[in-house]
Amino acid sequence: MIVGLDMGGTNVDGVVIEDYKIINKVKKPTNRDDLFGSIWSALRELLMGVDKSKIERINLSTTISTNAIVENKTDAVGMIIQPGPGLPYDFLACGDENIFISGYIDHRGEIIENFNLSEIERAINIFKQKNIKSCGIVTKFSIRNPKVEKSIKKLLEKDFSPITMGHTVSGKLNFPRRVYTSYLNSAVHSVFNEFSSSIKKSLSQEGVDAPIFILKADGGTMNISAAEEKPVETILSGPAASLMGINAMLPTSEDAILLDIGGTTTDIFFLANGVPLFEPLGIKIDRFKTLVRAIYSVSIGLGGDSSIDIEEGQIKIGPTREGKPYSFGGPKPTPTDAMIVLGQIHDGDREKAYDSMLALGEKLNMAPEKIAESILYTMADMIKDKVDELLDEINSHPVYTVKELLYGKKIDPKLINIIGGPASILAPILEKKFKLPCYFPKDFHVANAVGAALAKPTTEINMLANTSQGVLSVPELGLYEKVDRSFTLQKAKEKTVELIKESALSLGASKDEIETEILEESSFNMVRGFFTSGKNIRIKAQTKPGLIHELRSDWND
Amino acid sequence: MIKAKNRLGLVFFPAFDWAISPTHPEREERLLYTQDQIFEEGIEDIEGIKFYNPIVAENRDIERVHFAVPDVESRVTKSHLISVGGAIKAFKAVMEKEVDKSFALVRPPGHHAQRVVYGDRGFCIVNVEAVALERIRQEYGNLRVAIVDTDCHHGDGTQDIYWNDKDTLFISFHQDGRTLYPGTGFIDEFGGPNAYGYNINIPLPPGTGEEGFLYVLDNVVLPILDEYKPDLIINSAGQDNHYTDPITNMNFTAQGYAKLNDKLNPDIAVLEGGYSIEGALPYMNLGIILAMAGIDYSKVKEPDYNKEKLKQAKDITDYIKQVCNIVYKKWRNKEELWLKDIKGKDYIQNQRQVYYDTDGIMEKQVQNFKVCNKCSGVNTIDSRSDTGYHIFAITIPRDACSNCLDEGYRLYKHSLNKYTNVYLQDRVNDEYLAR
Repeated sequence: MIVGLDMGGTNVDGVVIEDYKIINKVKKPTNRDDLFGSIWSALRELLMGVDKSKIERINLSTTISTNAIVENKTDAVGMIIQPGPGLPYDFLACGDENIFISGYIDHRGEIIENFNLSEIERAINIFKQKNIKSCGIVTKFSIRNPKVEKSIKKLLEKDFSPITMGHTVSGKLNFPRRVYTSYLNSAVHSVFNEFSSSIKKSLSQEGVDAPIFILKADGGTMNISAAEEKPVETILSGPAASLMGINAMLPTSEDAILLDIGGTTTDIFFLANGVPLFEPLGIKIDRFKTLVRAIYSVSIGLGGDSSIDIEEGQIKIGPTREGKPYSFGGPKPTPTDAMIVLGQIHDGDREKAYDSMLALGEKLNMAPEKIAESILYTMADMIKDKVDELLDEINSHPVYTVKELLYGKKIDPKLINIIGGPASILAPILEKKFKLPCYFPKDFHVANAVGAALAKPTTEINMLANTSQGVLSVPELGLYEKVDRSFTLQKAKEKTVELIKESALSLGASKDEIETEILEESSFNMVRGFFTSGKNIRIKAQTKPGLIHELRSDWND
Repeated sequence: MIKAKNRLGLVFFPAFDWAISPTHPEREERLLYTQDQIFEEGIEDIEGIKFYNPIVAENRDIERVHFAVPDVESRVTKSHLISVGGAIKAFKAVMEKEVDKSFALVRPPGHHAQRVVYGDRGFCIVNVEAVALERIRQEYGNLRVAIVDTDCHHGDGTQDIYWNDKDTLFISFHQDGRTLYPGTGFIDEFGGPNAYGYNINIPLPPGTGEEGFLYVLDNVVLPILDEYKPDLIINSAGQDNHYTDPITNMNFTAQGYAKLNDKLNPDIAVLEGGYSIEGALPYMNLGIILAMAGIDYSKVKEPDYNKEKLKQAKDITDYIKQVCNIVYKKWRNKEELWLKDIKGKDYIQNQRQVYYDTDGIMEKQVQNFKVCNKCSGVNTIDSRSDTGYHIFAITIPRDACSNCLDEGYRLYKHSLNKYTNVYLQDRVNDEYLAR
């Protein structure tokens, strides 16, 4: 038995799944001033009458960290940043205090010049004066050599906690994002940890001792203790929950377009051979581009409650929602009103809906039914235009080898899976516009909770072995060790698979659900002078994102 | 986040699966550390910098510039078509005004590839900039273009291609040909009869540093560009003038190279040579990117940069001043020199030997340029290689008059049987024939 819960901006949704079926569900409004209270009351209601000893795991998708960032309710962070030569660095000052220190590491991971002890002492003094407790330490190229970050951490440990070191947040190259991600990780640490200790305490009082997992933006989970260490990974998990939910309800192994059409927005996702597409580097939150691994999702301001205007003889829908639909007492006509007029929704005040379409129609010399229809077609057009634009972008993403340029995978969607209120109404129209079959599940209302429930632990690692220098590093695992000249790509792959399994186990994965996958592999001959001096081996691997299992089929088509 | 002052398009195509041979300077590893630096700096997140993939060029694009012997398929690989395609993409992004400037970091390089191609010379088979530029001229009409070759080696291929083309000013500054491959690029290589003075070489002594390069720029290149008023400036951006380059003897730096691009202000840069792949390329390329994007590059420097050690010797400075003086005077006097050297002649003939160092081929050719008062004049190449070919190649230039056009076709039809291959490049009608 698995419990899944997704806390969104408006609602908390929960499900209990047993034997591939939803056996219990709940929907409660989110109280923004009491996020823990909202989640806890939903969870309690959900667990009523459930045999608690049968719960295998509890998966939570929360907006705790996201809200703290967006609403600026984070802790003050002191940042120590070693920018070295390169770009100007003023723009990296994201902390409450930012100390830029001297010295640098080059792309080979060589410490060309060390930092100055007095700079760190100065930082400690300033942070103490400002009563700052949380810190971030980031050097350029720290993923190539974490020594500097580690030795600065040693100097800070006595006085500060938490301390986030840049090389631990991701193995990807991108110094500015590493700075922001480290900052955010320290900034949301206490707010997330308060939440996690409350939830652990409350559950144990209820007699639940199942492991707790937290959903990440990449559609995978990590156990709660890993999340306490790296709370930044818990941001923006909402879209991931809905994507995983769609996949659980409408499984496919094709290239596909996934849509979650809500009241205010439409979220767009893509699958490549059934596997979700990821952001190349990481997700953006507030003004920060991060290295937090995330599912690729684009949100447009178009939903059932988007306000409609006529501008220059054209129907304009969204991007804002100015309130409820007109038929529900709102200020503006909306797509929902159009659907009511067309008899596709039997709710709200039909007369008011009709009036709103009549008023819009007059401006374009169209009958109310006609303009209502036009509105739905416009909606479908807007979605298609955006999807086409995104596909163009995705299919022209930079590649670096002749092989990829000539034969690389292009996303070519074969179907569309939709959830959300207007899904069933828009499906036939989208089907026509895209010339692709559209599917929608019956029980989309709890898709997000189902997605959260069925997500499994995921992790990614980046290995670099430079046999010329004799160094092997896996920054995500803090690994930085010697490697000898006989190390080969094959050995590197084997080691990566072992490491990723270990890493997944430490995130709470069970042995049988770990499916490892090598995403990128390369081995370069390093030539110095006229001789081969070694190999530069690079591997990126992950546990394959996916579901614990699918939901027993009960979808429409 | 940083915002670029100039919108910059980057075609970054390191071709991680292509090498001339496993230990050759042109190997898979060449742009690996440049990529590391670009990624780590977060260049792709800078507002105003956009990354593009190359397109794949067509055989026809190659035929527009080169006589590949026996044909394009036999000489040119997909990797070359992609490298050229990268440059085409860079040009197009600028022409379509998607970006203000663009930089094609592509390999293999191209500036040693001449009109006739029997094989690889100086790691080049196809002249990347020239093929891209001619495709652009075909699509967007004639443009007045200046190509400034900043590679340490003389851009002999580009010189050969634009030898007689007044609409393409070619300026190359490089390590003196008496001390470095390909052994050409002297001041008296001044252009064909229709473009006399529009081929400018500035041979520099070994040991030239920041001061020297910037002197050349300020005192020769920029004044000439001011007078020439090109629609486009292209930097044929080799990076082997660097003090750590293993196959040259210059003392240029990342800072210097960034400054050079800042001053030159090219519309398009295309990567050429540069083989100090760990110590120089990551910093040089970063410097060029920032300079072209209009972002502060003052903090870009190499790990072992030492300003004092790299200071240029006084005798070198004096020598460079003399060279610059001669070159600039010659440019100013080009009309008089034309009257003296060209006027009254019907044809100008050049005989020369071309060595293909990478493939070990020797070629002997005679080029014959018609001096026409209506157009650039039809011209021919009679070329023999020690691989057994003896070819005759005819070029009808873009601006050919009807007489020269007819003459080109006549020469093609009535060429002698002694040739193994005969080629006709009709740039007026964009037609390319071979038999």
